[in-house]
Amino acid sequence: MENNLLLWIILCPLISSVVVRLFGKTLGRKAVHWVASGSVLLSFALAVTSVAQFVGSHHIQVHKVFLWLDTDLFQTWVGFQLDSLSCLMVCIITGVGSLIHIYSTGYMAHEKAFERYFAYLNLFMAMMLTLVLADNALLMFVGWEGVGLCSYLLIGFYYSDHQNADAGKKAFVVNRVGDFAFIIGLLTLFWTMGIQTGVWSFDFQDIKEYSWAIENVHLFGVSAAVFVTLMMFIGATGKSAQIPLYVWLPDAMAGPTPVSALIHAATMVTSGIYLISRLSFLFDMAPATLHVIAWIGGLTALFAATIALVQNDIKKVLAYSTVSQLGYMFLACGVGAYASGMFHVTTHAFFKALLFLAAGSVIHACHHEQDMRKMGQLKSKIPSTYKTYLIGAIAISGVFPFAGFFSKDEILWQVWNHSKALWIIGLVTAGMTAFYMFRSVFLTFWGDRRMDDHHWNQVHESPASMTAVLWILAGLSLIGGWVWWPGFMQLSSFFPHWLESSVVVHHAHGSHAAEISLTLISLGVALSGIALAYQIYVRKLFSTQKLKETLSFVHRCLEHKYYVDEAYEKIWVQGTKKLSQSFSIFDQRIVDGVVNWTSRALKFCVFVMGSFDRFVVDGLVNLSGYITASIGLMVRKIQNGQIQLYLATMLAACGVLTALWVKYYLLQG
Amino acid sequence: MEMAGLHSYLLIAAFLFCAGSACVLMKRNVIHMLMGVELIFNASALNFVAFSRFAPSQLDVFAISGQVVALFVIVLAAAEAAVALALVLSLFQMIKSSDVSKMSSLKG
Repeated sequence: MENNLLLWIILCPLISSVVVRLFGKTLGRKAVHWVASGSVLLSFALAVTSVAQFVGSHHIQVHKVFLWLDTDLFQTWVGFQLDSLSCLMVCIITGVGSLIHIYSTGYMAHEKAFERYFAYLNLFMAMMLTLVLADNALLMFVGWEGVGLCSYLLIGFYYSDHQNADAGKKAFVVNRVGDFAFIIGLLTLFWTMGIQTGVWSFDFQDIKEYSWAIENVHLFGVSAAVFVTLMMFIGATGKSAQIPLYVWLPDAMAGPTPVSALIHAATMVTSGIYLISRLSFLFDMAPATLHVIAWIGGLTALFAATIALVQNDIKKVLAYSTVSQLGYMFLACGVGAYASGMFHVTTHAFFKALLFLAAGSVIHACHHEQDMRKMGQLKSKIPSTYKTYLIGAIAISGVFPFAGFFSKDEILWQVWNHSKALWIIGLVTAGMTAFYMFRSVFLTFWGDRRMDDHHWNQVHESPASMTAVLWILAGLSLIGGWVWWPGFMQLSSFFPHWLESSVVVHHAHGSHAAEISLTLISLGVALSGIALAYQIYVRKLFSTQKLKETLSFVHRCLEHKYYVDEAYEKIWVQGTKKLSQSFSIFDQRIVDGVVNWTSRALKFCVFVMGSFDRFVVDGLVNLSGYITASIGLMVRKIQNGQIQLYLATMLAACGVLTALWVKYYLLQG
Repeated sequence: MEMAGLHSYLLIAAFLFCAGSACVLMKRNVIHMLMGVELIFNASALNFVAFSRFAPSQLDVFAISGQVVALFVIVLAAAEAAVALALVLSLFQMIKSSDVSKMSSLKG
C-alpha cells in the first residue's frame, strides 16, 4: 500500500539537521532545542500513524520515491517499506530517539557547540531510519554507512581532546572492516542470485522470493548461502561490536552520554541483529553460519561480562554490558530464535538507554566525574536518578517482572533446546550481569561517601527534562517485556505473532516443566548475582582488596581487557605500519628502479633515433641540396648577363636547327 | 636590259644579315648594336620584296603580301628604334655608359 508518510518520517529529522547546522547559532539555543526535538517527535507521530495504517490495512506500507539506479542489468529505487519488523524498529528509534533528544536539551544545556550536537543527532536519526525503512539492500547500506559516519562524528564530539578524536577514528576504521565484508556478502548474493534465477535485484522482496537459488551454488568450498551470510555476519560484528570487532565500542564512550545511550546502546549497535532478522530466511538456509553466530555471540557475551566485572568507570561498565547483551542477541539469532533476538533488542533499548541516561545524570550531577571509586552514597542526593538507575539494573539483571527477564528467559529457553554448553555460557553471563550491574549501583549510590566536601555540596539533581525522560524509560523497562510471556504462563505472546509476517519464527518446543525449572534457575542465578554484589560491596563480607591480591593475575588480565587492545595494536596497527614500510622500500627500490631503467632505455632509443635523423635523413636532404647547388653553380656561368653571348647562343642554335632541318627534312624529303 | 636575278637579291640580303649579325654580336656600344639590328630588319625586308617581285604570278596574293610585310617591317623598325633608344637613354642615365658589357645586372 502506497504511503508517502514514510518519506517524511526520515525527512523531518534530516531537514531539521540541515536547518540546525546552518542557522543554529542565529536561532539560538532555545529554538534549536525546539526544532531538533520537535522534528523527532513529529517523526515519531508520523511513525505511529503509519504503524496504525499498517495494522488497519494488514498490508505492508511502501513508498517508492524515485528511480535511483537505472542500468541495463537492474533497477533500484529509493523506496521505503514498513512491515512488522520495520514497525518495531521505527517505533524504538523514534520513541527512544525523541526521549533522548529531550534529555539532551537538559544534558547539553551548557555546551557551546549545541547546534553541532543536535545537527549530528538529527542526522543520525535520519540515517538510522533510512537503514530500517529501506526496501532494498543498497539503500539500507546507505543508512548503514550513514549511521557509522554519525557515530564517528559524535564519538569525536569533544575533539579538542586527542583521545576522543582517536576513539572516533578507531570506531570508523573497525567498522570499515565489517562494512567491507558486508558489501562482499551483499554483492555475492546479488550476483549468484542473478546468475541462478535471472533476477538481478537488491529488493528485499525479490531476495526473499528468489534467494533459495543460491543454496546449491558452491563458493570456496561452502554453499553460497553460507558464504553470503558469513560475510554479512562479519559486517554485523563490526556494527554490533562482536568478537573480534568489538574493540571500538568501549572507546566510543568518549562521546556525550546521551549519544552513548542512543547510538551505542539502543539503536545503531542493534542494526546487526536487524540485518540478520531482515534476512532471517537467508540465514535459515545456512546452519553452519548460525553455528558460528551462536558461538561468537555466546563467547562475546561471556567475555565482555568478565571485563565489566572490574571496570571502575561507570560508562565503561555499561559499555561492556552492552557488548555482552549484544552477544546475547546474536546468541539468540544463532540458535534460530530471531524473534527472541529482536525482543531483546527492544527491551535492551529501553533499559540500556535508561541506564546510560541515568549514568549521564550521575555524571552531570558530579560535574563530569565518571569514576565510581570517587562516588558513593549518592542515593540521598539524587533520588530520582538513583531510583531509575536501580530499575534499569533490575531490568537488565533479569528479575521478574521487569523487561529484561522476559527477553533473557526466552533466549535461554531457546538456547537450551539447541545446545546445553551455550546455555551454560548464557546462564553464567546472566549471573555476572546481575553482579556487575549491582556492583555499579552499590559503588555509586550506596556505601561510604568518597567525595570531598566541596564537590559533595555541589552535587545536584538533574533538571526535570532529564528526570522525566528517566521515569518514562523506567516505566518502559518495567512493562516493555509484557508482550511476550513465557509459554507456560499462557499469557500474551503478541510479539512473535507480530513479527511472524517478516521474520522467520521457530517456536520452541519442550515441556512446561522444563521451561518452568529453567526460568527458576535463571531467576535464581540473577538473584544470587545481586546478593553476591550486596555481600561484597555493602556488607563487605570479603575485602575487595584481598580478593584482588589473591586473584591478582586474573584481575590484571580483566583490568587490561585481556590485552586485546594491546594485541590489536601490535598485530594490526604495527603490522600495517611494517607492511607499509616494506611496501615503501619495494616502491623505492624496485618500482622506482624499473621506472628509472625504463627512462634510461628510452633515452638511449631516442639517442639512436636522433642520430639516424641527424646523419642519415638530414644527410640525404643536405646531399640533394648540395647537388642542386653545384649544378646551379655550373649553370650560372652561362647566365652571365652579357646579352651578346645570349644572342650568339640563340643564333648558333638557330643555325644548328636549320642545319638539322635541312639535313633530315629537306634533303630526305 | 637584262634584269638582275633573284639570287643576287638574296645574296645582298644574306650579306646584310651577316653584317648586321656581326655588328650585333661584336660591337660594344649599344647604339652600334641597334644599328646592326636595323641591318638585319632590312635584310629580311629585302628578302620579302625580292620574293614578291619574283613570284610566278603578279596577281597572286603572295606577290602583294610580300610588299605589305616589307612595309610593316619598316614601320616596326621605326617603332623599335624609338623604344630601344628610349631604353638606351634611361640605361645610360643609370650606368653612365653605353658599353653593353657593363649591362650585366641580370647575371645569374
